Amino acid sequence: MVAPTKITGKRPRKTIYLGDPLLEPPSPELADLLEPFRGSSDCLVSVLQALQQKYGYLPERTLHYTARELGVPLARLYGVATFYNQFLFTPPGRVQLQVCCGTPCHVAGAPALVDELKSQLQISENETTVDGMFTLQTVFCVGCCSLAPVMIINQEVNGRMSPARIPAILEKYKTLHGEVSQ
Amino acid sequence: MSDHEDMGRSIALPLKGEGAIQKAKLEFEKIALQSHRRYQVCAGTGCVSNSSLQVMEALKASTDSHVNITGCHGFCAQGPLVRVEPKGFLFTGVRPEAVPDMVRRLEQGKEPSDELIYHDAGTGKAFPIEHEIPFYRHQRRATLHNCGIVDPEDIRTYITQGGYSALDRMLFKMSPEEVIAVVSQSHLRGRGGAGFSTGMKWKLTREQPGNRKFIICNGDEGDPGAFMDRSIMEGDPHAVLEGMLIAGYAVGASEGYVYVRHEYPLAVKRLKRAVREANEWGLLGDSILGSAFRFQIQVREGAGAFVSGEETALIRSIQGERAVPFIRPPYPSEKGLWGFPTCINNVETLATIPLIINRGAEWYAGIGTQQSGGTKVFALTGAIQNTGLVEVPLGTSLLHVVENIGGGARPGRQIKAVQIGGPSGGCLPASMLDTPVDYENLGATGAIMGSGGLVVADDTTCMVDLARYFLVFTQGESCGKCIPCRIGTRKMLDILTRITEGKGRPDDVERLERVSRHVRAASLCGLGLTAPNPVLTTLMYFRDEYDAHVQNHCCPAGACEALR
Repeated sequence: MVAPTKITGKRPRKTIYLGDPLLEPPSPELADLLEPFRGSSDCLVSVLQALQQKYGYLPERTLHYTARELGVPLARLYGVATFYNQFLFTPPGRVQLQVCCGTPCHVAGAPALVDELKSQLQISENETTVDGMFTLQTVFCVGCCSLAPVMIINQEVNGRMSPARIPAILEKYKTLHGEVSQ
Repeated sequence: MSDHEDMGRSIALPLKGEGAIQKAKLEFEKIALQSHRRYQVCAGTGCVSNSSLQVMEALKASTDSHVNITGCHGFCAQGPLVRVEPKGFLFTGVRPEAVPDMVRRLEQGKEPSDELIYHDAGTGKAFPIEHEIPFYRHQRRATLHNCGIVDPEDIRTYITQGGYSALDRMLFKMSPEEVIAVVSQSHLRGRGGAGFSTGMKWKLTREQPGNRKFIICNGDEGDPGAFMDRSIMEGDPHAVLEGMLIAGYAVGASEGYVYVRHEYPLAVKRLKRAVREANEWGLLGDSILGSAFRFQIQVREGAGAFVSGEETALIRSIQGERAVPFIRPPYPSEKGLWGFPTCINNVETLATIPLIINRGAEWYAGIGTQQSGGTKVFALTGAIQNTGLVEVPLGTSLLHVVENIGGGARPGRQIKAVQIGGPSGGCLPASMLDTPVDYENLGATGAIMGSGGLVVADDTTCMVDLARYFLVFTQGESCGKCIPCRIGTRKMLDILTRITEGKGRPDDVERLERVSRHVRAASLCGLGLTAPNPVLTTLMYFRDEYDAHVQNHCCPAGACEALR
């Protein structure tokens, strides 16, 4: 089973054998999380949202457990998970940078923001920096069009952005979230 | 302050019986009058990002008067905004540091200081009073009448403004048929974009056999450049719930879903809170206001897919599946959620319903044009002086919106086009700005009403690049079920990319037009059917720009990098 790599990332992927998900019971916290969803047919999107909220992304093992515990085919679960933009399959960085690319932001210069971030961080869209600090994403319209162009940093809206402001912002978050040696 | 926190403690919950809402309202009004001055701090997403919550804390620390948060005032570009009642002063760009001085001046009866009031960008004239500001003066607020006034996190302020009185009256005085008749006569049409008569939709759902029916509120506002629904859900969530209750009563449904994009976390939070409050107050649940009517509402979060705003895809998404549309008929009103008759209305449509029940069908129908009743909210953005949320009667000209409310082009620039309706809509040239905004007239131009995004482009915007931008969006969001949309949009994007990169072939413009027509004719759902609109309208009105790109290898607006 190869997980769809939406965020390809430049982080080396660690492969640690954690046991066969189909032989061992899920961890108690995962079992608790899945409990309320048992037996209802309309929950796949909600259960995936709950998983992502807990783990920050959808770890492959949890998807195996979820499919088994809820009695849905793994393919169906992956089908839903890969359809929606919200779901991530690799761990995001500690700081999630989302550049809004809605029409007003586009007209106000969002592409220049994306270019600046790419060159500063040396990553492409949907990638995470090697130190696990920043993930760069683009989103379509967060509804703050009057403040265009807009960048969302860890759920916080930052309006009237310009490429010139980016280095200072990146510095600020680097200090806030601690620089980690590789 | 304490009076307000205790407001309504004497009222027994849940509310029961006819007139209970009216009684609560009178009680709250009495208490509200005790504080002479009231500060209303905008806590919409825009103002919060400019630290309006810190402004509120500073206000609470510096005054004993009543301070509350409200939803979006609409004038987001000037935020953070603070309105002071009863005089109606509007303070713009308020920093927390500036609050003590602002309060002192007000309490000493002095004029507000100059830097905190709005100055017209063109004339430089100062406007301290909110409703005198041209941006507000030229609007007609109906659906938004509570946004910026009620505290979205406090049901009592909604009731004070007359909220839930339509529900009260309807439950005890009107039959479902009468409700549908009122909505039909108001000429209210679906504000999500297609413009289907709301009364007709309710009637069709009501006529379906069976006991189990659903109401869905479509809050999946995916159009880039549109934020009307976000502002309503954040600013007046109870109006949406009341609208759903009324719809549920009218069509005979007892379960409802609000489907909100996950990109709107504040709207989700406030709606969930509103549902909880309404349950406590006896306005949702098994016996609403003590009557036999029961209704439950669940809030569902979308997971990021533009196509899930399409009604059949939305149903799939609520069912926990991939949001892939299915062929209509059967329409959702016959076979919708889990196969039961389902009535899907847009946020703005539902939030307007209580007003129509309260003020009557004639009043609402009288505002708009003959076929399209009432007002429409637009998200006015782009290259103009005043951006924000505006509401005008249907039939108003685009020129009025852009010039009088929007304040016209930025200094030294000229308005070239208005993009209306997002990726499903079209671009109208400046020469056509006298077009009245209603479903018929906009349809005749090749654009559509859409959900209400109005993006103004000036002479620095390249229309080919703008068309390409929309295709990047629709191509990426195409769900892949039907071939015309999946492959057609890809082909269109390829051609447009070629043109903007200066590699356009001589017959590319023609080919683009041909593919566009095929996609429009053969796609399954609204996404594919309307995806060619931005291309076809720019081809119709700005063909010279396409020709310049292909034949002369130059971009008249100077926006395409490869052609500089």
